[in-house]
Amino acid sequence: MIDVVNLSCARGDRTLFRELSFRVQAGELLHITGANGAGKTTLLRTLCGLTRPIEGEIRWDGTDIRTHGDDYRMRFLYVGHLNGVQGELTPPENLRATAELTDTADATRIESALTRLSLDAYHDFPAKILSQGQKRRLALARLLVRERPLWVLDEPLAALDVQSIETITDILAEHLERGGMAILTSHQALDFGAGNVRHLSLED
Amino acid sequence: MAALAHAITCIVRRDVTVAWRRVHDVVLPLVFFAIVTSLFPLGVGPEPNLLRELAPGVLWVAALLATMLSLNRLFANDYADGTLELLALAPHPLSVLAIAKVASHWLLTGLPLVLMAPLLALSLNLPDKALATLLYSLLLGTPVLSLIGAIGAALTLGLRGGGVLMSALVLPLYTPVLIFGAGAVAQAANGQSAEAHLSVLAAFLALALTLAPWATAAALRVSLD
Repeated sequence: MIDVVNLSCARGDRTLFRELSFRVQAGELLHITGANGAGKTTLLRTLCGLTRPIEGEIRWDGTDIRTHGDDYRMRFLYVGHLNGVQGELTPPENLRATAELTDTADATRIESALTRLSLDAYHDFPAKILSQGQKRRLALARLLVRERPLWVLDEPLAALDVQSIETITDILAEHLERGGMAILTSHQALDFGAGNVRHLSLED
Repeated sequence: MAALAHAITCIVRRDVTVAWRRVHDVVLPLVFFAIVTSLFPLGVGPEPNLLRELAPGVLWVAALLATMLSLNRLFANDYADGTLELLALAPHPLSVLAIAKVASHWLLTGLPLVLMAPLLALSLNLPDKALATLLYSLLLGTPVLSLIGAIGAALTLGLRGGGVLMSALVLPLYTPVLIFGAGAVAQAANGQSAEAHLSVLAAFLALALTLAPWATAAALRVSLD
């Protein structure tokens, strides 16, 4: 469970949003919307601890994330605006490199993640030959390599084709069914049959 | 602890793999090192005694500039493709992961420079008895250059014209290493003991190892904010 209490964020001198509060519980997805520059990315980066808020608190299971420290970073996966894909490495090497920042990686999970996101054909090629959408899929494949309760996704559907959007929506639905949480930004409407999807607009 | 050690070896292995596939990044500083040292005999004339006098300083300045040249590779690529964000989000202290990045930088730049130096020293007429000291001084000094350079590289990430600013930040901090490094080799070339100079270099290494990773981690967090 993640609690955001009276959070205010700024970029430079410009305040993006003030006193934002929300809570995301197990099995819930929070869809953040807002115009370009409304602070969606900043909010997600603040949730991960990459950017410091000017005010307010973020609590994981009731405790401030700064108190959790390294422990909190074991609880979520972040797929940001940048893919975090290294062009010189092959797709499986890329997935292993990021997974091993935590601990040993499971090779079979990496293979099945690549299959699920239809990147099999590029198994042995350097990732620099992948298209924008394929790199995005490779970045999202990280979600399947490690089991983490919270997913923080910045525009996960950008550059994806219709088929891939369906796959990602399915993966998200499975994650929520298992009791996972997701906080994401997207300009596209998310097509969930059911599930606890909530919306947060940064407009006002 | 085991997970942390695993993460460190994986970062080093990944950086070496990436460097292996972008060989020009690794080779360029080494070529620069060889060319700069070879330019001196051409510039000052092939006077053996003069070259012998100049050799320690020339070798050290060239090694220092070659290291400088390679510093932007340390974090810039990872910053541009988002890998650095993932590094900062790993459940380990960023300062320790920064040590891993510096270690791979040293393996790919510092160590080859150390190994090349005796060869270039011969072309500068450095006496044989100073070769061992040259190796020791560079072995102790180049990790310090990588460690200090990492702070500069982290601070100037994502800045336009960051390279020039980085030189201005890092070069003044390199001067003590240069003085004692070149000093050690000059002592040995004159047949005197270089032990005092090498001890000071070792002290610099100990100091840089304790302080630089923290400064680098703090600078990375500022750059990623």
